[in-house]
Amino acid sequence: MKAFAYERARSPREAASAAANDPGARFIAGGTNLLDLMKLEIETPRRLIDVNGLGLDEIKPTRDGGLRIGALVRNTDLASDKRVRKDYGVLSRALLAGASGQLRNKATTAGNLLQRTRCPYFYDPNMPCNKRRPGAGCSAIGGFTRSHAVLGASEACIATHPSDMAVALRLLDATVETVRPDGGERTIPIADFHRLPGDTPHVETALARGELITAVTLPRPLGGQHAYHKVRDRASYAFALVSVASVIQKDGSGRVALGGVAHRPWRVEAAEAAMTQGAKAVGETLLAGARTTSQNGFKLTLAERALGAAMAQARA
Amino acid sequence: MHDLDELQLSRRGLMAAGAATAAVSVSPPTAVAQDGPDAPVTAKVAFTVNGEKRSLTLDTRTTLLDALREHLKLTGSKKGCDHGQCGACTVIVEGRRINACLSLAVMHEGDAITTIEGLGSPERLHPLQAAFVKHDGYQCGYCTPGQICSAKAVLDEIKAGVPSHVSADLTAAPKVTEDELRERMSGNICRCGAYSNIIEAIAEVAGGRA
Amino acid sequence: MKFDTPATTNPIDQLKVVGKPLDRIDGPLKTTGRAPYAYERHDAIENPGYGYVLGAAIAKGRITAMDVSRAKAAPGVLAVVTAETAGKLGKGDNNTAKLLGGPEIEHYHQAVAVVMAQSFEQARAAASLIKVEYERAKGTFDLASAKDGATKPGDGKADTAVGDFETAFAAAPVKLDETYTTPDQAHAMMEPHASIAAWNGDKLTLWTSNQMIAWSTGDVAKTLGLPKENVRLVSPFIGGGFGGKLFVRADAILAALGAKAAGRPVKLALQRPLMFNNTTHRPATIQRIRIGATPDGKITAIGHESWSGDLPGGGPETAVQQTRLLYAGKDRMTKTRLAVLDLPEGNAMRAPGEAPGLMALEVAIDELAEKLRIDPIELRILNDTQVDPEKPERPFSQRQLVECLRTGADKFGWARRSARPSQVRDGRWLVGMGVAAAFRNNMVMKSGARVRLEASGTVTVETDMTDIGTGSYTIIAQTTAEMMGLPIEKVAVRLGDSTFPVSAGSGGQWGANSSTAGVYAACVKLRETVAAKLGLDPKTAEFADGRVKVGNQSLPLVQAAADGPVTVEDFMEFGNLAKTHQQSTFGGHFVEVGVDAFTAEIRVRRMLAVCAAGRILNPKSARSQVIGAMVMGTGAALMEELVVDKRLGFFVNHDLAGYEAPVHADIPHQEVIFLDETDPMSSPMKAKGVGELGICGVGAAVANAIYNATGVRVRDYPVTLDKLLEQMPLMA
Repeated sequence: MKAFAYERARSPREAASAAANDPGARFIAGGTNLLDLMKLEIETPRRLIDVNGLGLDEIKPTRDGGLRIGALVRNTDLASDKRVRKDYGVLSRALLAGASGQLRNKATTAGNLLQRTRCPYFYDPNMPCNKRRPGAGCSAIGGFTRSHAVLGASEACIATHPSDMAVALRLLDATVETVRPDGGERTIPIADFHRLPGDTPHVETALARGELITAVTLPRPLGGQHAYHKVRDRASYAFALVSVASVIQKDGSGRVALGGVAHRPWRVEAAEAAMTQGAKAVGETLLAGARTTSQNGFKLTLAERALGAAMAQARA
Repeated sequence: MHDLDELQLSRRGLMAAGAATAAVSVSPPTAVAQDGPDAPVTAKVAFTVNGEKRSLTLDTRTTLLDALREHLKLTGSKKGCDHGQCGACTVIVEGRRINACLSLAVMHEGDAITTIEGLGSPERLHPLQAAFVKHDGYQCGYCTPGQICSAKAVLDEIKAGVPSHVSADLTAAPKVTEDELRERMSGNICRCGAYSNIIEAIAEVAGGRA
Repeated sequence: MKFDTPATTNPIDQLKVVGKPLDRIDGPLKTTGRAPYAYERHDAIENPGYGYVLGAAIAKGRITAMDVSRAKAAPGVLAVVTAETAGKLGKGDNNTAKLLGGPEIEHYHQAVAVVMAQSFEQARAAASLIKVEYERAKGTFDLASAKDGATKPGDGKADTAVGDFETAFAAAPVKLDETYTTPDQAHAMMEPHASIAAWNGDKLTLWTSNQMIAWSTGDVAKTLGLPKENVRLVSPFIGGGFGGKLFVRADAILAALGAKAAGRPVKLALQRPLMFNNTTHRPATIQRIRIGATPDGKITAIGHESWSGDLPGGGPETAVQQTRLLYAGKDRMTKTRLAVLDLPEGNAMRAPGEAPGLMALEVAIDELAEKLRIDPIELRILNDTQVDPEKPERPFSQRQLVECLRTGADKFGWARRSARPSQVRDGRWLVGMGVAAAFRNNMVMKSGARVRLEASGTVTVETDMTDIGTGSYTIIAQTTAEMMGLPIEKVAVRLGDSTFPVSAGSGGQWGANSSTAGVYAACVKLRETVAAKLGLDPKTAEFADGRVKVGNQSLPLVQAAADGPVTVEDFMEFGNLAKTHQQSTFGGHFVEVGVDAFTAEIRVRRMLAVCAAGRILNPKSARSQVIGAMVMGTGAALMEELVVDKRLGFFVNHDLAGYEAPVHADIPHQEVIFLDETDPMSSPMKAKGVGELGICGVGAAVANAIYNATGVRVRDYPVTLDKLLEQMPLMA
């Protein structure tokens, strides 16, 4: 871990502006992912701006019937919130399927969105990785790829996004609110927040340098039956092989998003037209264009079957 | 759906990683080469550990875990992985369990921290510590302080109504069941495999509490 | 003392303390965080420097250039040691690869440098400033492709044969011929390998985490070129070993070299992401099993071949071992072959040989039972043998396999199992039951101890025996209390110090029986010395309630220490009984699993082990050993695999997130039953090992249960859902 200066930010705007002017600066909130990566020198900030004191830790109703979740709301608190449990069960479920109790107590809403991939080649600084060093090459391709992307990958990167929470947010059409270094604010639809790797897998989100997430907003509740099925080898404290977030209405219509299959939460709205026709029909559009390796092809079957399970559950 | 051409990509990947017998240079494993001041930055921090006020001047890189173990010589909190992957470093900060290895000490200004040493002593065991002894909820003992700190927080979490992955009804108050305890304790790995006994120990204490 | 005739009645048989399920005497220290592990000896070393290890970035090749100047100049750095600057180093008898590599690199993450600094943070930061250039050499990393070039390992037992296997197998009416694979596995003990080194002139003290103190004292001396008497190892608490700490590893050697270079004591722990490739692991195997049987289930021919790999000079995984002894069958063979692989060093992990061997054999038996349409328990019972099948004149000292299986079947509700797979549904779960035999040999090792009757009336035991979570502290205290007629509170046990008498150490499940036998021997001597001091006849003296009695005469034990502590030392060595009688431990594993009908997720629902392992010295800690081993075996069945990158030659998933070991949620309530047994051939304790028996066969029981649940047979461990998914029965 490189030596770094540490400071506590006093306002979101000040934090954003400080970070924008210093390419070596990073925000730190829960720190559960950033410190992990700093110990391996995958992240090497020279300045940490602690944003924990900014007060962005409330969950408030919005005027149009949704919820505004402060960027610093801890995963435990978000999952435990009565309104979230009642109206956005898929989000609560996704959060509770992630990490461990200890990590959820520290991890924040914004930090969870900004988690970096768990690709083991990304995590080993001896291995070439286009995320760590653009142009270095991808050592995962042709290697151990059982957990890697089957959708939206590129020849530069086949990593997946590890967040469970983000899959639920994608399903719920959340928006990400930010403050920019000039003090301007903007909202980014969650669909546009995470990027596919393309030729620039090191650019993972739509955020500009210094831009600070202040909140995530949920639109009004969808009703229906909420489920988050995270499939993994170990029963807990493990990343998803595939996860399926779903909200299914009484008539069988609904929404579905996948985790563990791509560089971002995977949702294809057009596929949802087939929700009443069963998992296979949905899968045809949702999984179209999949490219698999000999090790991760099972994810397609698995995604379809896990969706089938959610549909069966909703019918029961 | 078509298959990714693994063979072609595999050759490309290998070349990138340095083909056999070709000389490769492995530089400092930094993401972006950055030169700058290497000198440690120090900062002051004050917090309470097991009820005692402590003030330290620390390298900003020092984790809460290393502050406890190396600076305060409270070695009950263990370093099993230093990456949040085992739970041996679990301590209770402001009433909540966290992985002390993934938190910077300087970020705990003013916090109240409880470690295993603060729960009980060999002469005066905390009920959970006594139950772990009675049910043999440990073997090598290395994950044990983390398990016990976690268990204490888990019982508090259930009491506070925090749901879990296995709670059948999200909107209902969670109950102390073995399945709930197993799920909630899953962030604490015990390679000796004392799980069955640990759950019995916690369940006994939880039962006595209710 | 030499144990060369079967044990008769002795003071241990009183079972006033031995055999009782007492709480561990080290429990209060461990549960309160007061037990000091290697890295935590603030009591011994005031202000150490911190070491941090740099591992090789390639699997095989050589260092062509190394620049440590930036590291040396970094703030707080005390010294940097590399192979170039370390001076001449030897290699321990128990090491295959060098612990400090360079210029030759033998495996990925082999240590190539160690940085010492004022603080951990400074050492870690400086280590990343070392610039190393490598030249890769072509390596062999894939066992399957290296298999055909594998050769006979050197130890002479590579091939065994009785009768004519090939002919008998060819003639058998019912045949099974299947190949199974087990992956490389990691010990992944919770405490990383760690040491503090301090020099006093040319004398070295290492506070370390090590299972085998005497072996390792010797290997430290050999590696550093010191006389053995100049090396002291101290290892009273060990945060798990499982075979991974049988040997000296890089932490100890680099701490010693670092302390010398820094001119002050140095503490060093291997960082977790380095451990998986830097240290040892259980090697992968490919196993072919052929069994021929009559239609009524009598095995006529049994053959087991195993291939594994290791670095040049390394050894094989002896996965065929149990097949020589477990089942009857006239014509039999085993074959062990070893390939050269340039992966990290393979070596012992909990029940080496039997653990992966039974994962294959006990699935093969399940498959054979299905072919024969015989219940798998009945098939095992039909082929039980009370003698060594290779040498029928050699009986087992005790063999209660049949009783284990019958008892287990009864307790587990085996009769409810459907012989046809994929018949039982519980909601979305397909439910199945599996069984496997557990088998592990009982080895005995010479073991010594020193016992001292203190003026306070306490008896102190000192031995270099280790407690790696096994309960050594407690069973040694129980043994001493029983022998000396004292309550356990009046016994103090000090372990894991090379200044204490050499013991059996912790490995191969020999520790409990052998080390307590050594303590028994020392206590026999103490009884004689005490009796003589008290003027009582040593032959007839009885020790009970803190007193020594002969006839009507009764004196307090403590009186013998009136003019100073009474100290004696002895050891137990073992004669020929292990040759005339086969000593083994037996068990039956019963597992029920649920497999998600949609996603093929596998969850273990119930587990039971029934064990016959001689006298159980402490049923509480012995039970923990068994359930813990069942957890590790469940991991081996369901998730554990060090994944080899066959291009680059390393274990890819080298941290505790990537290498998944079971968590709480994976493990249900576990039951263990110990059959009543004493084995007078094993030692005066009449005990045998139990710490490894629990892992033997449990993986196969899990795999067999998955088959019973789904009808899908997976012969390639771990049994993960992707291997089931395509063949899963269609859900309703």
